[in-house]
Amino acid sequence: MAKVVENAVCTFCGCLCDDITVEVEGNAVSQVRRTCANGRGVFMHYDPAPRQPTVRGEEVTWGEAVEEAATILSEAHSPLIYGLSSTASEAQRKCVALADYLGAVIDTTSSVCHGPTGLAMQAVGEPTCTLGEVRNRADLLVFWGCNPAAAHMRHFNRYSVTARGRLTPNGKRDRTTVVVDVRPTASTRIADQFLQVELGSDFEVLTTLLAFVQGKGDRLTAEEVGGVPMAELEALAEHMMSCRFGVAFMGMGLTHTPGQDLTVSELFKLVAALNDHTRFSVIPMRGHGNVAGADQVMSWQCGYPFAVNFARGYPVYGPGEFTAVDVLARQEADAALILASDPVAHFPRRAADELGKIPVVVLDPMPSLTTEIASVVFPTACYGVEAKGTAYRMDGVPIQLRAVLPTTRPTDEEILDQITEAVR
Amino acid sequence: MDATFKLVTGRTRSQADGLHKGKGTEAYRQATERVEMNQGDMGALGLNEGSTVHLRTDAGSVDVMVYQGELPSGLLFMPLGPAANRLIDVETDATGTPRYKDLPVIVERSVREGEAASDG
Amino acid sequence: MMLGILNGRVYDPIHEVDGEVQDVWMDDGKIVPPPATEEARRQARTIDATGLVVMAGGVDVHSHIAGAKVNAGRKFRPEDHRDHVRARTPLTRSGAGYTTPTTAMMGYLYAEMGYTTVMEAATAPLVARHTHEELEDIPILDTGAYITMGNNHFIMESIRRGEREKARDYVAWLLRATKGYAIKIVNPGGVENWKWRGNVKELDDEVIGFEVTPRQILETLAWVNDELGLPHVPHIHGLNLGQGGNARTTVETIRALDGRPCHFCHLQFLSYEGEPDTLPRSGAVQVAQAVNEHRNVTIDVGQVVFGSATTMTSDGPLQYHLHRLTGDKWLNDYVEAETGGGLVPMEYAPRNAANATQWATGLELFLLIDDPWRVFLTTDHPNAGPFFRYPYVIKLLMDRQARAEAFEEISPRVRKRSTLGQLEREYSLYEIAIITRAGTARALGLDNKGHLGVGADADVAVYVDLDDREEMFASPRYVIKDGEIVVQDGKVVREQQGRTLYVEPAYDRGIEKELRDYFRDYYTIQFDNYPVSPDYVPRGEVVACR
Repeated sequence: MAKVVENAVCTFCGCLCDDITVEVEGNAVSQVRRTCANGRGVFMHYDPAPRQPTVRGEEVTWGEAVEEAATILSEAHSPLIYGLSSTASEAQRKCVALADYLGAVIDTTSSVCHGPTGLAMQAVGEPTCTLGEVRNRADLLVFWGCNPAAAHMRHFNRYSVTARGRLTPNGKRDRTTVVVDVRPTASTRIADQFLQVELGSDFEVLTTLLAFVQGKGDRLTAEEVGGVPMAELEALAEHMMSCRFGVAFMGMGLTHTPGQDLTVSELFKLVAALNDHTRFSVIPMRGHGNVAGADQVMSWQCGYPFAVNFARGYPVYGPGEFTAVDVLARQEADAALILASDPVAHFPRRAADELGKIPVVVLDPMPSLTTEIASVVFPTACYGVEAKGTAYRMDGVPIQLRAVLPTTRPTDEEILDQITEAVR
Repeated sequence: MDATFKLVTGRTRSQADGLHKGKGTEAYRQATERVEMNQGDMGALGLNEGSTVHLRTDAGSVDVMVYQGELPSGLLFMPLGPAANRLIDVETDATGTPRYKDLPVIVERSVREGEAASDG
Repeated sequence: MMLGILNGRVYDPIHEVDGEVQDVWMDDGKIVPPPATEEARRQARTIDATGLVVMAGGVDVHSHIAGAKVNAGRKFRPEDHRDHVRARTPLTRSGAGYTTPTTAMMGYLYAEMGYTTVMEAATAPLVARHTHEELEDIPILDTGAYITMGNNHFIMESIRRGEREKARDYVAWLLRATKGYAIKIVNPGGVENWKWRGNVKELDDEVIGFEVTPRQILETLAWVNDELGLPHVPHIHGLNLGQGGNARTTVETIRALDGRPCHFCHLQFLSYEGEPDTLPRSGAVQVAQAVNEHRNVTIDVGQVVFGSATTMTSDGPLQYHLHRLTGDKWLNDYVEAETGGGLVPMEYAPRNAANATQWATGLELFLLIDDPWRVFLTTDHPNAGPFFRYPYVIKLLMDRQARAEAFEEISPRVRKRSTLGQLEREYSLYEIAIITRAGTARALGLDNKGHLGVGADADVAVYVDLDDREEMFASPRYVIKDGEIVVQDGKVVREQQGRTLYVEPAYDRGIEKELRDYFRDYYTIQFDNYPVSPDYVPRGEVVACR
């Protein structure tokens, strides 16, 4: 007997598309409409069969797993809590509460992704907007160091390049799309202008554009910057200053290259300076479905978006000190709780290996490289598929996820509640 | 053969697709245990499509197969994943974020495939 | 269990009780008559309040406490939190933040001041869900959210077409969809114009793309408010905030809304004489006169307190202007089809002539407006200063000597020309009770708050009567919320959850068909996913419309 759920929300990436139609037959998803390939994977590849939690590879009851997890965490002197980005805010809130109680270090996947973006925002601010402003007003888009065609696959259609809106009834024809990258990609191929820059030259190119916007172009003596002729950069700056409503989107091309937060700051400063001439905003392309929510929950509960240590009894902020890769590299954690992420797959090898040396508790709907090495594994419900909850889109808009399948497993929130109670 | 390149890692569609299927699957391994190189660079190093190369950074090394990619000379691209992460150092310059892009990497003939590459 | 606060000096202006020694009894979270029998009396718990001052719990009519804007303030100002931390205890969460405290800390700090109800001043409808998540994490307090509408496309379009009934139904739908409490209007038309690099300066300037004026937006929303019978009145952040000479448009706006009840928020920032882009002078005299004359108007002051602040408003152009003025880091956010806003850190210094003028202007408004039922104590937290400095402001209002001493510290230039030096009025405890609880509760239409009559919510603050009024109001002996002692000797002793207050005005559901198309054409979220579900207000309480 098929059931159709309209307006379901996909949680794969920061696009958080909420127009998904899901057909359910029995206890499984049989069809999805309007997803990209990644969204399809979220719904179609989900195996809802209930699984038992495991302790050191052996199946146990939920109660036994909670006891073991609570023992590991309460006996630890310096527990590390990490992840958060693929779970709902309801669970994130309980996770931060647990970290507070334990006096733990708590860090999110921002630290290996848009952490530098957060640092830049803290240094120089961030002029931004919601995605509907892009759809309705933007006549100039600049994608810098990101490849939405691979990582945010419905972004162009739903929100940006081809989206039609109040002032942009003709979609793509009513705007210009510029893509800045070090190599051709599927995104550069759809651009009106592909600005190919030398690897490692983003800061210099950005500061050159900033100089033009600030009217200091006459002081620039170089003939080219980052492999781009100066005249071309000047023309781009002119274009940015004379558009009606410009929006820049940025990604790992800026956060993962040397310079990191300083490079992102330069982009943010450029966007702020453009507001002397026109309207310009920047939207970071948040990767995971609810990493923006993790930022929000951390900020409202402890004042800082990531890299927090509660050991003193109150939150202390320390990027580079309390960020997970650094903590693991310096072997400062003697236990870990990993919520909704897979650091063994994503961390530099040496940091990933450290996780194999300490007791690790994992909450994750799917098996992963981290669950493989964990001491305690809780196969929890997947928010947005099997459980409702809240997620925040890349532009900060919060959307309530729907449960398209019956809930058969406990949620992250429930397990965190139980662990917290057991620890107390 | 020994050459220094700059490595960029990032998301690809097939890496994400493999992710859905499961990170222990063959699909994920195939999607992530690969490197792309500029055609001219491959020729200069005597590499064929699918040759195995040994990539080495200060952090570690990995053997992967090389394929032609639309890249400027001197640049390599690898999808995000455990293979690429063997090359990434834990140094974060006090930001928390490792250098996943723009890192110097030495490309060597893989010991396993040494004979095969010199044949082609 | 019944609780009695015995023998205290009660200040309950709604019942005209001015310091009389009375007992206050409560049970099941409400104020009740005294126990009927000796037996009941014996079984009750009692507090001996002899010599102590007893008031209803504080009711804050305007404070930025939760939601996207507030949280952006937290995230982008780690420097604000570092030195102002709160360690966890077995009962309470840890926290950090001076101008932007974290959620748990915010609840504790308000409660520790004797406040029990706080209204979140400005929430963009699209992100109302975020506001409610944060409100859920603020302990103890009852809260509600004002929903910004003054630059809303659907409303402006309805006005343009002369279809104010449609605007009315939309506003009702919107308040329900956002679980909001009141209509908030910020720089009507100006925020939309700013998305085109413009602004509005006069009530009859045109809004680009909509051909409506700020005057029309204000009049229509005032009419809508009345039609829907909302418990609060339109809550208005007017034109030209922060600009020299804005007292003129403030007075014009008050006159334009004559006869319609309305509330003007943080009016200190809109009460300057002089010219734009020059050092402002206080325009409190003319503004106070207008407020005195127009008895349909209530205001809150937005009193500047020297020290750190964080400016955060929906007034996008204002925030950009502050960024250019101070050179400090700037956050901006445009919200599709609805509003905008921004944040800039601020520092108020007594020797800075502009800041000193702002400080004096606020106090002048307090002292020149006759009717305490129409002038309320706020710092527009955190725009003019943090809310936990309210006790300091109370001291300046009650103690002429303390005020004179503070006056001596400010810029000599401003001192010379300010009328503040001549204003000798001192607020009484009764009047303080009005401007911090009785008057604000009444203006909000909260019949069960701000007083201690039978049937009221059992939210009570018990203060020690100290000469130093700042110390007195900063450290209540007891604070009771819903009949439970939550604070004792200035510290939280019990954590519990408060309620979210919201309204459910009636509307013609026929409008939903049009809204579906509207969402499809202009939004990036599905119409069916837009409304905030009851899941977000587990302890929600609907306050009835008239």
